Order: sequence, then structure tokens, then C-alpha cells
Amino acid sequence: MTFPFQGGVHPEGHKDATQQKPIELLPPPAQVVLPVSMHIGAPCEPLVKVGQHVLLGEKIAMSASPVSAPIHASVSGTVAAVEPRPHPNGGRVPAIVLENDGADTPHPDIRPFGSAEALTAEDLIAVIREAGLVGLGGAAFPTHTKIASGLGKIDTLIVNGAECEPYITSDHRVMLETPEEILGGLRALMKIYGLESAVIAVETNKPDAVETLRRTLPKRGGGVRVAPLATRYPQGAEKQLIRAVTGREVPPGALPAAVGAAVFNVDTVASIHRAVTAGTPLLRRVVTVSGSAVSNPKNLSVRLGTPLRAVFEATGGFREQPFKIIMGGPMMGVAQHNLDAPVIKGTNALLAFSREEGKPEKEPVCIRCGRCVSACPMRLLPVYLYHYEQKNMLAECERMRISDCIECGSCAYICPGRLHLVHSFRTAKQKLREAQKRGGN
Amino acid sequence: MPDTRLVVSSSPHIRAEEDTHSIMLDVCIALAFPLVIAVYFFGLRALTVTAVSVAACVFFEWAYRKLLKKPSSVRDLSAVVTGLLLSFNLPVSVPYWLPVVGAFVAVVVVKQLYGGIGKIFLNPALAARVFLFSFPVWMTSFPKPQPGQWNALPLWGAVDAVSAATPLSFLKHGALPADTYNLQDLVLGQIPGSLGEVSALMLLLGGVYLVVRRVITPRIPVAYLGTVAALTFLFPKGNVALDWMLYEVLSGGLVLGAVFMATDYATSPVTKRGQWIFGVGCGLLTVFIRYFGAYPEGVSYAILVMNACVWLIDKISLPRRFGIPRLARFIRKGGGKA
Ligand code: SF4
Ligand code: SF4
Repeated sequence: MTFPFQGGVHPEGHKDATQQKPIELLPPPAQVVLPVSMHIGAPCEPLVKVGQHVLLGEKIAMSASPVSAPIHASVSGTVAAVEPRPHPNGGRVPAIVLENDGADTPHPDIRPFGSAEALTAEDLIAVIREAGLVGLGGAAFPTHTKIASGLGKIDTLIVNGAECEPYITSDHRVMLETPEEILGGLRALMKIYGLESAVIAVETNKPDAVETLRRTLPKRGGGVRVAPLATRYPQGAEKQLIRAVTGREVPPGALPAAVGAAVFNVDTVASIHRAVTAGTPLLRRVVTVSGSAVSNPKNLSVRLGTPLRAVFEATGGFREQPFKIIMGGPMMGVAQHNLDAPVIKGTNALLAFSREEGKPEKEPVCIRCGRCVSACPMRLLPVYLYHYEQKNMLAECERMRISDCIECGSCAYICPGRLHLVHSFRTAKQKLREAQKRGGN
Repeated sequence: MPDTRLVVSSSPHIRAEEDTHSIMLDVCIALAFPLVIAVYFFGLRALTVTAVSVAACVFFEWAYRKLLKKPSSVRDLSAVVTGLLLSFNLPVSVPYWLPVVGAFVAVVVVKQLYGGIGKIFLNPALAARVFLFSFPVWMTSFPKPQPGQWNALPLWGAVDAVSAATPLSFLKHGALPADTYNLQDLVLGQIPGSLGEVSALMLLLGGVYLVVRRVITPRIPVAYLGTVAALTFLFPKGNVALDWMLYEVLSGGLVLGAVFMATDYATSPVTKRGQWIFGVGCGLLTVFIRYFGAYPEGVSYAILVMNACVWLIDKISLPRRFGIPRLARFIRKGGGKA
């Protein structure tokens, strides 16, 4: 039983390029760049000094804030610099630069904690926090913070394997290659929440993943079920996924816990398993490298902090000069202009396109076709939001619920007039935030 | 080093295939259905009047934007659609200068002066048609259809204003035109009337094409035609209710209006509920004008009046906010236990 969300779009999947390709290990680069902010929340403070030698998995930065995640050395070696470096989300952010000694000498703290069964819920949360885990689906919200905010309120635990963005297959490969890690991590989460059941949600365009997961489940299921969901963007968006699985809608401005739900990305859940059973903090992640400008599209397991350039080189470089490079999916990803920026915790894909995808329009004009309205999964009226933003009528934008916009891009994707709708909404939200700040002071 | 060859722009980075041009092309294709039958019934002059109307609309669109040094919008084909719809609303016997005047009103006065496609609040073709009623001699004389006669009307020069009574003029006096035109004539379009409005069959086929191609949803046409059908069935003017209803629905510009005019993007609501309200409103007004107004036909006025209410309708028909239950007692439907 599912409860389909309204709206959404059906962009071409383009997943064939990589979905059959097993995850390859990318050898660690000579130098990694680890920004102190790879997550949503407070940036970390470096714990190391230039010249200091660090071991693989050693904690090198942390924050006392409850909304933060520590950072670990993704190679062993020497701290070459602590200085601002290009960040994939734009601008320069303080980063710890490590010179790789090539030895991968592990830190003595990296040792198994035992099985999830043997640990208490508090211990498990502590392990997850210390491992620096964040939402690996792209959002990069600290996992332990998410767990803490929902303790005692959750009745439905959902593992997000929807992977609704075109091109990306990293979660798909994780589901195919390490389903037992997903189940292991899931059991740890069930223990933390005191739940007997959980749901793994997968889009129907990945029948092999559904099949593999079901085969891995214990014969009696153990309370876990796999829910195939319609292939429709943005099926994997948190609010839409919760609605699809439970029929409940998260109220405006509220957290999923408000409707008793918690959602974790499949790779995050697998990482929880590795943190518990092997003591491994988050050092690497799976990145899909694809797009029309990439010679040999691949799924790569990449050390955090690897420069984007090195990742693209590992796929045979570009077949032609890329027109645009995106970190993340084509619907919500961030365009990159500096390949020195590193892979961070939320980097689920790197895409390079050799030309504009889709027919561009010189002068975008709204024809009031209403397609954006039918496509909006949050039931907004993008055509009016845009109109009011353009006229700088921000109070009207607010009245028309601009704060509900999840910036999924469905409206702009479908718009025949080629309006820059999401850009306009970001601008409006930014202005509203600034106005609020001024009003608050 | 930043690579200046890389384009940095806001997400999303991909766009659907469909654009304004392809949508308008679909509308043109849908409009070809009624055009073909018009040529069959009224001769080649149906084609030349349409050609003049389209050419004039495209010319004014181009010239206006050229004069104001704005980027050309001819490529989006919306001027072609306006031209087609304008000629469809004219009797085939009009002199050629009439569609040119109409095109000026539609494209320059109604469309471009208000900022172009998407910013208009009145349907340009309908507004032009209403303006052209200042030339009643030409606008109210309808030649009889002559199936298969290519030169039923002279291509050049004046056309004798051979005026045949339309089915609607019978209805106005509370009589069924059954002796003159049977229902089959109305469905096929073998009746006097404006060039593109006569054949309910072809118009509906065009409408089905638009729905299949997802250019429009059936909401507005269904609400509009359904309202007119229901009202005329409930209040027949002293005739068999079913016959009366069918004649009312199939006469005049109703099907053309419901399928092609009331669904015009810029001048109809964008919300689902708003589209139902809009269609029902058009239907109510149409019947009201037909029954109590001075003119036999009410479609143009009904749609124009509703056009003016579109923003209001959208505002009062906002979809239910995500996460806010329709009624408080439905909170947690879907079975939460906490
Ligand atoms: S999809 Fe684009 S053109 Fe259509 S109404 Fe929305 S903003 Fe306007
Ligand atoms: S980006 Fe915002 S307005 Fe556009 S479809 Fe997504 S939620 Fe709706």
C-alpha cells in the first residue's frame, strides 16, 4: 500500500551508463582537502596543526555544537596546510590539507565495537556521532542529530533507496553490492528507536535492487519490508517519501518526527553498520561519475577530500571540453567551476555535460500554461510565486507559501517558457530571511 | 584554478523537451481539424480568409516587437494560433480587410500592449471578434455551406451578403430548427456559422488531440459543456428536453469556445479547482446570455467576463497546503499510532 504524492515529473533517467557497473575503488590521491564544513550545521574546529602527522581515521576536526559532525583523516600523512580552499558549495572555506604518505596506517581507535545487539541505544548513537556520519543522499544533515530529534516519537522508520535524480546510481550499487550492510545498519537504527519494523523504499526502476534486498532479508522478514515506489521525481524527497510510504504529510516547518517518521539514506544506513561493526568512521563514499562529457562513466568509491579533477581523471578524463559540471544530480545539484574543490560527504554524483541539456530560451517568457502547478509536489503555484518575486512583492510570496518550496526543480524542469523559477524562489527566500533578520534586531 | 569555460547556473540543469513552440505547434495541428472541414463546406475562401488572418497576426507581432526593439516572439507560434482562432470566429464571407483589422486589435491592442503572451487578461481572438461587431453587416451574415464546392464563394472581390439563418437564431425564438438542420448536420458542421465553429465533431477531435498530447486537460471543456448541457436540459424552452439540450450544445460557437477559447492558457486559471470553477462560470453565463440577453450567442461574452476573473479565481482556489489536513478530524489519517 502506497500513498502517491501529487505532482512530480518524469525526467529521462540516463542511469544505463552506470547502473550495471560495480563500484570501483579509486586509489587515494597524493593530497586530500577536507573542508571543516561538509555538513549542515556548525563548522568544525581543526584539532591538528600544520606539520603534524595523522593516521587514517584519526579525528582531525570537531565541534561542540549538537548539530555538527566530526571530520576524520581520510588518508594517513602530514598536515600540509590549514587554510581556506575552494568548496563545492561555492566560495572558499577553511580546510585541512593532508599530504598522503601512501601507507594508510590506521588509527588505533579504529576497531570493532561489537554487534548492534550488544550495544545500548546510547552507545550506538555515540558511535554514529563519533563516526562523523551525515545524510549521504546529498543533504548531509548530521545523522546523530536527526536520530536525537526523533527519539521516542518515531513509529515508522524508512530507508531511502529511491534515488530519484537522473544519472545517479551510487545508492543503487550500494543496494546491489552490500545489502547485508544496509540490513545491519537498519537493525542498529531499529534498536535505537525501539522499533520492530522498518521500510526500505526503492523506485520501481531498480527491480534488481528490490529483488536483492528481499533475498537478503531473513526468511521471516524480521519486520523489515521492501516497498517499491513509482518512478517519479522527487520520490526520494523526504516529505514526498514519507507521504508515499505512510500517507502522512509533514506539516509546514516541522520535522518528519512530527508525523512519527524518520528517513535515512541507504548508504548512510550501510555506513552505520560499518561504524558499529568495524569502527570505521566516514572516510570514503560512493560517487557516480557520468554525463555526456565523461569518457567512461563509473561508480567510484572515493576518499573524502579527493579533488574533483582526480575523480574525473579516473574515468578517463573528458571526451570533450565540458560545458557544465555538477556536483549532485541534474535537478538539484550545484554547478561547479573549480575542479580543485574536493569530494565532500554529500557528494553522491559528479556530472559533466558537454552542452546544454534541453533547448535553452533566449528570453524566458511565462505563457501561464499551468504545468508548474501540476508538477509541484508541494502544491504551490510557482507561476504566481515567480510573478510576485519579479515584482518584489515578498509579502505575497509568503502568503503563497514560498517557505514550503523544497527547491526540487520540478517546476523549472517542466516549464515550456524556460523560466528560472527555482533561482527566483531562492532569491525571494533569501530576501525574506534578510528582512526577518532586520526585523528581529 | 577556476575554469572560466564552465557555466555556473542555478539548478535544475535539465529541462523537459517541450517548449512554447512545440505546444503552440500542437494547438495549430488541433486547429487543422476544423479548418479542413470548413474548406469542405465553405470552399477555398475559408482558407484564404484564414491565411490573411494568420499573416496579419504574425506581421503585427513581428512589427510591434521590432518597433519597440524587443526580441522577436514570432517563433513561439502564438501569433499563428491567434490568427487561426480569429478567422475561426468570422463568417467566411467577410471582406479581407476585416481580419486585418481584427488582427491589429488582437495582437497589438490586446496582446502586446499588455506585455505579450502570458500577460494578457482577455482572449485576443475573442476581444477582436467583439470589436469587429462594430461591422455588423459583415459579422452577422452567414453563407450556407455547400459541401465540396471549392469555389462556393468568389475568392476575390465582394461577396454578396447571402445570409442564412443559423440554428442559434431559431433557438433564440424558442424553436428547434429540426426541419432545416437535423442533429447530424450540426455534428458534422453542415450549417451556416462562423468559419471554424460549425463542426462539433472536428472541434472535439481537435480537443481530444490536445488532451492526448497533454496540451490541455479536459477540465475546462467538460465543465463548460457539462454546465450548458445540464442547464438547457433542466430548462428547455418548451421542447423535448434532450433535443433542446443537444441543439443548444451543438449550435453556435460553444464547442469552439469550450475547447479552444476557454482553455487559452493566459486567460484561464492554473489551479485544478479554479479550472472547474472557470468552466462552470462560462457555462452559466453562456446560457444566461442566450436565454435573457439581446444577442443570440453568449459564448464570447461569457468567456471574456470569466477571463477578467482569472486571478481572483486562482486566489480563491489555492490547493490544500501540504501537511495541513483538509479538516482537523482527518489528522493522522493513514494510521499513525503515536
Ligand atoms: S510552467 Fe512556466 S510557462 Fe507554464 S505557467 Fe508555469 S511558469 Fe508559466
Ligand atoms: S522547486 Fe519549489 S515551487 Fe518548484 S516544484 Fe519544487 S517545491 Fe514546487
